[in-house]
Amino acid sequence: MQTVVLIKQVPDTATRIKIGPDGKDIQRDGLTLVLNPYDEYAVEEALRLREQHGGTVTVMTLGPARADEALRSALAMGADEAVRVDGKPQDALQVGWALAQAIRTLSPDLILCGKQAVDDDQAEVGALVAEFLDLPQATVAVALSVDPAAHSASAKREVEGGLQQLAFSLPAVVTAQKGLNEPRYPSLPGIMKAKRKEIAVLSADLGIEPGLELVRLTPPEARKAGTVLKDLSGADAGAELVRLLHEDAKAI
Amino acid sequence: MHLVVLEGDDRLRKISHEAIGAARALGGPVAAVAVGKDARKLAEEASHLGVSQVLTVEGPEVSAYAVRAWVRAVETAVAKSGATLVLFGATSQGKEVAARLAGRLKAGLAADVTAISQDGGALVFRRPIYAGKAFAEVRLISKVGIATLRPNAFSPAAKDAEAAQIEPLAVSFEAKDLDGKATGFEAGSGGQVELTEAEIIVSGGRGLKGPENFHLIEELAKELGAAVGASRAVVDAGWRPHTEQVGQTGKTVSPALYIACGISGAVQHMAGMSSSKLIVAINKDPEAPIFQVADYGVVGDAIEVLPAMTEAVRQLRA
Repeated sequence: MQTVVLIKQVPDTATRIKIGPDGKDIQRDGLTLVLNPYDEYAVEEALRLREQHGGTVTVMTLGPARADEALRSALAMGADEAVRVDGKPQDALQVGWALAQAIRTLSPDLILCGKQAVDDDQAEVGALVAEFLDLPQATVAVALSVDPAAHSASAKREVEGGLQQLAFSLPAVVTAQKGLNEPRYPSLPGIMKAKRKEIAVLSADLGIEPGLELVRLTPPEARKAGTVLKDLSGADAGAELVRLLHEDAKAI
Repeated sequence: MHLVVLEGDDRLRKISHEAIGAARALGGPVAAVAVGKDARKLAEEASHLGVSQVLTVEGPEVSAYAVRAWVRAVETAVAKSGATLVLFGATSQGKEVAARLAGRLKAGLAADVTAISQDGGALVFRRPIYAGKAFAEVRLISKVGIATLRPNAFSPAAKDAEAAQIEPLAVSFEAKDLDGKATGFEAGSGGQVELTEAEIIVSGGRGLKGPENFHLIEELAKELGAAVGASRAVVDAGWRPHTEQVGQTGKTVSPALYIACGISGAVQHMAGMSSSKLIVAINKDPEAPIFQVADYGVVGDAIEVLPAMTEAVRQLRA
């Protein structure tokens, strides 16, 4: 079974974000960059399916040379091959398009990716790739089972109020939600091997017009600390808090 | 023309009311489309919300949800209505239908939008990035635009005396549209109220000391008609399901009232809830970062404060 896992390099979630001087990007100096957390579930799922059904796992990203580090993180977890699609897309349409064209040359049985990247939070690329390749999809998956011989799969996806079960044919695109599995840590030999591994670099096909352009980034509205109740018993504090929320804030 | 894609089963989701409200606020006529076995019920409800036309798509192809069948139906509704802006709720379903539709129509898609403005002739969408640590303003440059709207960000549409016409829409489905059809549903163990759409959220963290104390959170939530949330720490510890996690690797929420109990306020948690209208923090540590964003705070043990709150709310409601 051939699996392609789409990954992205993102700032660590513990990072504080500051807007850069041009207002078009965040300040990138000194940022800790990591493999997108949801992509870790996607890589892990691909490795588990390889253990079950054989085949190879190719990780792919779209980005500048620094994104090689994210590919190496996935290689260290156990992926076989890595491809970086080099380019500067303007919006999700272009990302989805460029990745779809790069995937086409590999004809995989399954394409996995995180349900969203925790930087842009768009949750669009998986579905766009599925659309451009005309494949079925299961987004926000917390369970996946595949039958490569029968070219069929089933998944459970998280929706409001519960889990939706889906049945679909392969090849397909599946986007991973937390809960799909417990990602493994890279092994020391894995890390050593990943360091030496050659990363294939393709140039991005951006043959689609972007639909959005960035105007500017802004910080969230600042909040300030309000009334704090101290030195009260738990019972008194609870009652006083409810009184304030009811009479003062009119929130309950 | 703006087109709102409706969502709901027995009743129209709150976010669909908000989406119609957002479309009406932009001016110009608004059409709506309802797809699936409940289409007629949803259309009937939406027809009283000041739209000019409601399209319904029913039939065996949409008896159960399938993303590509929904895309086909909405694509047909866009062509029929001549819409240049398509609005969805930023739900699990809305997000995936919108993304595929964007690819189909080669249309710009702004996800999780919290405000829409007009700059000259162009639409500008404001949307949170990094789970709300920053916001991006993006301008639509394609002919057709799509947006998914964040719950609780737009005012719901007011009722209109006049009811819009409801019109069945014929859609030519293809066999592949049904590949990926929903085959079943497992109801979640979560509370009655959906986290992302909740007006009030009561959230618990490690300060609750163990899963056995979360009934204190649930009891207050029940009394307030609130949803239950959790910090990443307690989800990773297995105390609570990840569907309740609030923060950068969980859900981003903006309720009218967020009550954080025993949550210190890690950067990734604060990102997910700092756009709440009112924030309350209960924490033993007076230095906890959560107090920096809290409108009301209690320095104290959540395990002692929560029962008193529940009792006080009960008396208020009596």
